[in-house]
Amino acid sequence: MGATKVDGNDKGKVRIFTLSTCIWCKKTKEFLAQNNVAYEYIDMDKLDADEKDAALVELKKWNEKCSMPTVVVNDSVCIVGFKEQEIREALSL
Amino acid sequence: MSGAGTEGDRERRVEAKYEKLKKEAAAGGYFLNPDEPFAKDLAESLLVNEERYGYAACPCRLSGGRRELDLDIICPCDYRDADVEEHGACYCALYVSGEVARGEREVAPVPERRPDALIEAAAKGGLPVAASQPAERAPSQGAAFGGSSAIPVWRCKVCGYLCARDNPPGVCPICKVTKDRFERF
Repeated sequence: MGATKVDGNDKGKVRIFTLSTCIWCKKTKEFLAQNNVAYEYIDMDKLDADEKDAALVELKKWNEKCSMPTVVVNDSVCIVGFKEQEIREALSL
Repeated sequence: MSGAGTEGDRERRVEAKYEKLKKEAAAGGYFLNPDEPFAKDLAESLLVNEERYGYAACPCRLSGGRRELDLDIICPCDYRDADVEEHGACYCALYVSGEVARGEREVAPVPERRPDALIEAAAKGGLPVAASQPAERAPSQGAAFGGSSAIPVWRCKVCGYLCARDNPPGVCPICKVTKDRFERF
């Protein structure tokens, strides 16, 4: 499904739900890249209808509001919004 | 995003959009984010959404792809003023409070104020039952003007400007005095 992988150091499974137009999402991606963290992102506005439905079902499990960015670490920790400190803690950066 | 024109054209269009937003904000007593590259990125995203959807859907929210599903999140969104007042910035942080504009306060992530029913509708691509008749939909999803729980009306004591909204604006859009110069009408 429409996830794009970005190479880096393995800090666990890092999956982020984003919008290509959202600058907070852009900041989140840049932060992960600057810290050389491997992650995958799903730009929700770039998906076709079926992909979007599936991604929304997944996102909603973590974040009822389905807002972006939502960062999910190791299928256990969810951080809504670009909260640098919380992301650092979740990834031990 | 559209691939139309050269990179230089694109830059000029973003610059023009940013200048227009800035001028309109100032004229209405609003402030754009003082982080200029950040605000310009948002101006570019608004252009992308105008091309993509035909209207400037909020760059930081999932668009329903149809104007009637996104009326409340077309920039400036229905939630801007309340978020600027409470959090110092609107949801995407294009617009900020005077404090933030002057560098006296930092912008932090703004929680989503948009009602769940509208988020759901945009996600599903269909209007919720309660809002299926756009003509009857109040601009702020609140009570209709003059209804039993009418929105208060505020009067600028300096120029007489009247507005119906939950709180007076931070700055009078007409004469630019601050919100403490308003009285309940």
